[in-house]
Amino acid sequence: MTEQPQDMSAYQVDLGDLFDGPMDLLVHLVKKNEVDIYDIPIALITQQYVEYLEWMKSLNIDVAGDFLVMAATLAHIKSRMLLPTQEEEGDDEDPRMEIIRPLAEYLQLKYAAEDLMERDRLDWDVFVRRDFDGTEAWSEEEPGGLIQVGLFELIDAFQEIIKRVSPAYLWDLTPDTISVKSRISQIADILEERGSVTFQELFEAPATRVDIIVTFLAILEMAKFQLIRIMQHLESGIIRIFNG
Amino acid sequence: MDNLKAIVESLLFASDTPLTIDKIKSILETADRKTVREALTSLAEEYESGKRGFFLAEVAGGFQVRTRPEYRQWIRRLKETRPARLSRAALETLAIIAYKQPVLRSDVEYLRGVDSGGTLRTLFERRLIRVMGRKDLPGRPMIYGTTKQFLELFDLKDLNELPALKDLKDLGETWPNDSR
Repeated sequence: MTEQPQDMSAYQVDLGDLFDGPMDLLVHLVKKNEVDIYDIPIALITQQYVEYLEWMKSLNIDVAGDFLVMAATLAHIKSRMLLPTQEEEGDDEDPRMEIIRPLAEYLQLKYAAEDLMERDRLDWDVFVRRDFDGTEAWSEEEPGGLIQVGLFELIDAFQEIIKRVSPAYLWDLTPDTISVKSRISQIADILEERGSVTFQELFEAPATRVDIIVTFLAILEMAKFQLIRIMQHLESGIIRIFNG
Repeated sequence: MDNLKAIVESLLFASDTPLTIDKIKSILETADRKTVREALTSLAEEYESGKRGFFLAEVAGGFQVRTRPEYRQWIRRLKETRPARLSRAALETLAIIAYKQPVLRSDVEYLRGVDSGGTLRTLFERRLIRVMGRKDLPGRPMIYGTTKQFLELFDLKDLNELPALKDLKDLGETWPNDSR
């Protein structure tokens, strides 16, 4: 992303701590590049990490300080890798361990969290004789083969869409483009009617670059407030957005 | 007591929380732990062999009659509404606390690499975590742990029953979320 439409600067998306953090971005990059977590190509990962941050900034997604701390840590490790190691000290540890250790531990706990969800959960899979404070109606039986999509997978999908926009529309900055708030209510209407919609569909119809960005920010906001669930089909890779 | 098994069953039926053997024993006054356990085992076997719609679960240090998971879709129709979902961030934070407890907020944040005040509050409100005390450090930070409700939610007898953490080296190319 290079330039930023003027009227976008007013809208800031604060993802808060309910969304993915810097560790998730690292996990995403390690996974995407199919590299060994114990042998991370630090220069490549640092570069890509910074690119994501710039992307998020250009979309006015409020990049939390935690993301910047991680960027600094990565840059520091990278610089230490470049320094010649002193023979005398001998037992110098690989500087990358500073990030590999917490990353490995984090991944382990991510697996553990998934294991917990696989269990027979009370009020979901098994029930006892009592009332619970139900909040929303049970949705239709969820189709199988779906996984939850994280922020960075979503950014990847969004980058694909931006790439495909016809150049004619790309720079059409018509002043009457809709706001993020009204886009949210539009999407809510679609979901109320249909229950779910593909990520792709929301970006269809001749859309300008601003429309696309507004739609993306609307999706992020809705996900943050858990108004929607964003799922991806394991086989087809199609991302689908579900009500609540 | 000839009808001891039936009495235990009636207690299980009427209780909305898991009943410990000691609790049942104190209600029955006379019975010893062994007798209570035998009654519970016998009931569990009966439910199993009789292919009942419910089973006797051993959770959070006690015993509870629960509907069988294979009938979830029917109960959901009965209940109409569902409990609030746990966000991914909340679930991750909960897993960290469960495995690392007693744990400080700063430990949780170090592991997640992100401020976790909001998710901790959510877990606290849902009574899945609790404050176990304060650490003798500057600022006297709070020490967190999981609750009985956590064990009840995830069908765990006790914390020892938490699935063992996986060795990443054994997992090879699989990633979280890819496993299903």
